[in-house]
Amino acid sequence: MLQDILVTGLVNGGVYALLAIGFSLIFGVARIVNIAHTAFYMLAAYCFYTLLVRLQLPGALAALISVVAVTALSVLCYRLVIEPVREHESAVLIATIALALIFQELMLYAYGGNFLGIPSAVDGVLTVFGVSIPYQRLLILVVAAAMLVGTWLLLYRTRLGLAIRATANDLEVANLMGMNVHRVAMATVAISVALAAIAGVVVAPVFVVDPFMWLTPLVTMLAIVVLGGLGSLKGSLVGALIIGYVEAITVFALPQGAFLKGAMALSIMVVVLLIRPEGLFGVVFEEER
Amino acid sequence: MLRKLLVALAAAVIASPALAQGTVKIAVIGPMAYVQGENHWMGAELARDDINNAGGISVGGKKLKVELIRADSNEIQSVSDATNAMERVITRDKADYVVGGFRSEAVIAMQEVAMDYKKLFLGCGAADAKLGQNVEANYDRYKYWFRVTPTKSPDLGRTLFAVLGSIAGQIRADLKKDTPKVAILAEKVLWTQAIVTALQTNLPKMKMEVVGLWQPSPTATDVTAELSAIERAGADIVFTAVSGPVGIVLGRQMGERKMKAIAFGINVEAQKDGFWEATAGKGNYVSTLDTYGMVEVTPTMIPFVKEFEARFHKSPTYNAATYDAIMLLKDAIEQAGTTNADKLVPVLEGFKDHIGTSGTLTWDKLHDPVWAVGKTSGIAVQWQDGKKVPFWPPQVKGMQPFKLP
Repeated sequence: MLQDILVTGLVNGGVYALLAIGFSLIFGVARIVNIAHTAFYMLAAYCFYTLLVRLQLPGALAALISVVAVTALSVLCYRLVIEPVREHESAVLIATIALALIFQELMLYAYGGNFLGIPSAVDGVLTVFGVSIPYQRLLILVVAAAMLVGTWLLLYRTRLGLAIRATANDLEVANLMGMNVHRVAMATVAISVALAAIAGVVVAPVFVVDPFMWLTPLVTMLAIVVLGGLGSLKGSLVGALIIGYVEAITVFALPQGAFLKGAMALSIMVVVLLIRPEGLFGVVFEEER
Repeated sequence: MLRKLLVALAAAVIASPALAQGTVKIAVIGPMAYVQGENHWMGAELARDDINNAGGISVGGKKLKVELIRADSNEIQSVSDATNAMERVITRDKADYVVGGFRSEAVIAMQEVAMDYKKLFLGCGAADAKLGQNVEANYDRYKYWFRVTPTKSPDLGRTLFAVLGSIAGQIRADLKKDTPKVAILAEKVLWTQAIVTALQTNLPKMKMEVVGLWQPSPTATDVTAELSAIERAGADIVFTAVSGPVGIVLGRQMGERKMKAIAFGINVEAQKDGFWEATAGKGNYVSTLDTYGMVEVTPTMIPFVKEFEARFHKSPTYNAATYDAIMLLKDAIEQAGTTNADKLVPVLEGFKDHIGTSGTLTWDKLHDPVWAVGKTSGIAVQWQDGKKVPFWPPQVKGMQPFKLP
């Protein structure tokens, strides 16, 4: 059973990590509470499905168009919906909830409530210690690792990354130092939604596509980012692995309680926060940033 | 007391004006954005057109046309939306009768509203036994409820055992395993509870070993961990009781893993035409109970399926038995010579072996279909190379062999 838990937890953790990186960037680093983040992931999955399955475009082209289109849409949404209320966190929260629900209802109207499937980019199964792992899930692990490294390089090795971190640290000071904080925020939204869209394209083939597919990941992503610590990409990775392993342990140790795996993961998050409110790798933010 | 008086007053005010209007208004209630609701509506449309094209329902020397009211219950998302929809079709749209319903939790709530207004409500989707038990517990209030499809969940269990016995026999013969191992994978929801209990009790008596019970959430979209555990347990059969997206993921992931175990049970998603595409062609060998197929369960099943496919370009699911529900209402109205619900109840109760498109129906005192193989049991189907192939009950003309991976 141990090897099952080790392998299954790692693979599922990889799936969560890929979803969590973008969310961590926008929520943890840029401090924008974008509840519509996973709705963009859902839109990318629908876009990819339409181009690949219905229009029969090549996989790479369909993926590229999906990521670019959804990222462009996010920039538009930022300019029209988020930017005007960005100073008020609660307004951003409400506005992005509304956006997510609009996207959900539009997809429900256009595609119905049916569950749709996307073919895997790579077929086949690898057997490790007697545990079968589909290649698509290994691809997710590889993409998650690449996105993590890429995001870290962007944040810590580029001027844009420096600007994003500076703006997140103190918006007013960054503004006074001559940074275009609106443009930086817009770039942050675009990068994080691009990561969500990549997740949608790579992860959707192992799940199903439906208008409500954004809800469950949203809760899990919130748990991972808070558990790992706001503003820490390393924390997001560790948080994703913890959630993946907790779920695997729940299913293997308590098969009849498999439906509790989400609740167990959230309970772990609460316990960690009680002991360490800033999360595992989080920085303690000042009251007034 | 005041509530009862108000409801009685409202019921009197909206009492059926069908005879005076020359139409019978039938509300078709279901989750219209989903396949279940679509099938409710499409089955009802066929019934309406067949009746109206033949002149209508004969009653008191008049011919009444059928008029359908489409009501989206949104019951998969919200039970309160469902009760609001039921209230609306009765009070605002002045429906004479209601057919449809899918999710047990929502249908139980909608049943209360329909009974408040003494409206005949013929269910075509929910399996929970409580719906019929209500009739037995308080006949005067709940006598307006009748279940058309599927059979109540304990009877679904009986069908499942019958098919499971047949599959286990094939495993014993082909794989030389005297005691096939069964893993139960059932959503943690109301309708699966009785089935799970019955399986755990009866499978050992049928010389099958239960290697475990896994109960994912009804909204789960990943069963990787569950399937790893099931594979490790060495199961020959994965017994499924799932109605949500997990049915697709299960079929797909079992295919990707090339599991030797066979999936059989109730898998609502596997009953749909879109299952093969949704599993990206990986859902081979997945089998499930179903209702309609190109087999002669009744003399009208094949003509109905052909008519349905020709008109809607898809095959019907069990919710399309709204066709049978409306035909039952028609026959009852013509036999009673009235549209009065109180007078229709004893006529409906008196039907014996009423031949429909989905089965041959007789109701028991709970207004549940009397279970019988080849009459109300439905059929079992298996996905074989992109086609849904019916394989049980074997005595029905048109059945094909069941295949092991």
